[in-house]
Amino acid sequence: MFPRPIEKATPPARALYKIALPIALIIWLLPLLAVALTSLRSQADILNGNYWGWPTSFNMLENYTAIFENTPIGQYIFNSFRVTIPTVIGAVALSCMTGFALAVYKFKGNLLLFFLFVAGNFVPFQILMVPVRDFTVNLGIYNTISGLALFHIAFQTGFCTLFMRNFIKALPFELIEAARVEGVSEIRIFWYVVLPLMKPAIAALSVLIFTFIWNDYFWATVLTQGADTQPITAGLKSLNGQWLSSWHLISAGSILAAMPPVIMFFLMQRHFIAGLTLGAVK
Amino acid sequence: MRDYWRINQQRLAPVLFLMPGLLMFVVYVVIPIFQSVSISFYAWDGLGEKEYVGIANYVELMDDEAFYTSLKNNVIWLVLYMLAIPAGLFVALFLNQNVKGIRIYKSLFFFPFVISQVVVGLVFSWFYDPSYGLFNKVLDFFGADPMAILADEDWVTYGIIIAGLWPQTAYCMILYLTGLNAVDSEQIEAARLDNAKGLKLLWYIILPQLRPATFIAMVVTIIGALRSFDLVSIMTNGGPWGSSRVLAFYMYEQAFSEYGFRMGYGAAIAVVLLAIMMIYIVGFLYKMYRDERGY
Repeated sequence: MFPRPIEKATPPARALYKIALPIALIIWLLPLLAVALTSLRSQADILNGNYWGWPTSFNMLENYTAIFENTPIGQYIFNSFRVTIPTVIGAVALSCMTGFALAVYKFKGNLLLFFLFVAGNFVPFQILMVPVRDFTVNLGIYNTISGLALFHIAFQTGFCTLFMRNFIKALPFELIEAARVEGVSEIRIFWYVVLPLMKPAIAALSVLIFTFIWNDYFWATVLTQGADTQPITAGLKSLNGQWLSSWHLISAGSILAAMPPVIMFFLMQRHFIAGLTLGAVK
Repeated sequence: MRDYWRINQQRLAPVLFLMPGLLMFVVYVVIPIFQSVSISFYAWDGLGEKEYVGIANYVELMDDEAFYTSLKNNVIWLVLYMLAIPAGLFVALFLNQNVKGIRIYKSLFFFPFVISQVVVGLVFSWFYDPSYGLFNKVLDFFGADPMAILADEDWVTYGIIIAGLWPQTAYCMILYLTGLNAVDSEQIEAARLDNAKGLKLLWYIILPQLRPATFIAMVVTIIGALRSFDLVSIMTNGGPWGSSRVLAFYMYEQAFSEYGFRMGYGAAIAVVLLAIMMIYIVGFLYKMYRDERGY
C-alpha cells in the first residue's frame, strides 16, 4: 500500500491524520456547506449581510415552501425526471445491443464502427448544435421533452457502446460458443446468456447516465425554452435572474437541484465508481 | 424464411443488433458534424435561405478580436485545467488509508463531481461576491483590498477555472484512488527494502503503475477543458465585455444571440473547436487501436 499505512506511523502522526481528515473535508466542501446553511437563513439575515455567521433563525420550511409556491421549480424538477428516465432506459437498451454486436461478432468494419461511436462521443457539443436544433425543429418536436430526450439517447449511445462493448468483451466467450453448439439462436443467446451477466454494467451505466443527463445544461438551453419543458438546470439559471440576490432562495433551489444525483450516487456508489473508473486499472 | 435465418443468423444478427443504436447515432451525431462543416460556408439566420459565401466566415474569424480572446482563454483553460491531475493525485494519496470511516470521507470528497456545473457555478459566483463572498472575507482578513474577481477582465477566466477545477479534481481523485487500489504491493515492499521512500518511491514505482489512471484523467480533463461552457454561461455570461468567453461559449453566442442568429459564423467557430479536439480524439483512437491489436 502506498503511502505507508498510517497505523504503522507514530502515535502523534496518527492523531494528526485523524484531525486533518475532517478539517480538510470541511475546507473542501466549504462552498457547498455555506450554500446549504444559507438555504436555511431568513430574509433578514440576507439583508443584514449575515452570510457566514450562524443563522439567527432556521427557516428551512419557509424557504423551501416559498420556492415551490412562488416559482415553477416543481415543474422544472418534474421535467428533469421526464427527460432523464427515458434517456437512461433508451441509451442503456440501445447500447446493450450495439455493445453485444461489436463485442461478439467478427465482421468487416467492426473496429471502424466501434471507433465511430468512441470518436462521436468526444466531439464538442457545439459542432452538433445548429444541425440538431434545426432537425428537431423540422420534426416538430422543438421545445418538447421528447425532442430533448431523443437527442440525449442518441448521443449517450456513443459512450454507452464503448462501455458495454468492453464489458462484454471481457466475459468468457466459451459461454456463447457452448450455447451455439447447443443450437441456441443468436437472439436467445443475447437475451438468456449475455444479458443476465451484464447486470453490473447496466447498473453502472444507469447511474452514470442519470447523473450526466440530470446535470445537462447546454442541450436544455438549445432544445427547450420556458418552464413547461426546461429541466432544473436551465430553470435554475432563469430563476437566478429573477431572484437577484435573494440568496436564501437561490441556495435552496441549488440544493434541490443537486439532491437527486447525490442521492443516486449514495445509493449506487459502488456501481457509479465502477462506471467512472472504467479503464483506470489495466 | 426461417431456414434462411437459421443458416445466416451469425451474419444477420450483428446487423439487427446494431441497427437501432447506429441509426440514432448517425442521425443525431455523425451527420450533424458534416452538416455543421457545410453550414460554415454559408451565411444563414436559421430560418430563411442559406447564402453560399465560401470561406468568408473563416476570413472574418481571422480578424475577429473576440475569437482570439476565446481562443486564448481556451488555451488557458487547457493548461490550468491540467492541475486537476496532480491535485487529484495528491488528494487520493491523502485519502488512501485504512482508518475508520475513510469510505465516507472518500465519497464526500467526491461530491463536487456529482452535482451540476450550474450549481457549482452559482456556488462560486457567490463565493467570489465582492461585498459578502467568503473569498473577500479571507482577503480582508489578510488586510488586502476586496476584489470583484468575476468583474475583472484580467482575473475572471482564472476565477472560473478554479470553480471548474473543484469537480475535476474530485474526478481525478477517484480515478487515482481506484488505481492505487490495484498497485502491486509486493513491488512496493521490495522497493522499501531497498530503502526507497517518499517521493522517489512515488515517482519510480507508483506512478508507472498508475499510468492507465493518468491517461484516463488526461483524456477527461482535456475534453472537460475544451467543453467548458456551463460555468462561463452561469458565472459571467462571457463578460465582463466578453473577456471570459471560450470558443464553446462564443459559438453559442453567435448562433443564438439577441443580436440575430448567425448560424454560419457559429458553425465556423465550432469547426475550429472540433479541429483542436480532433488532435486529442485521433491520439486517443490511436492508443485504443494499439491496445486492441495487443489482444
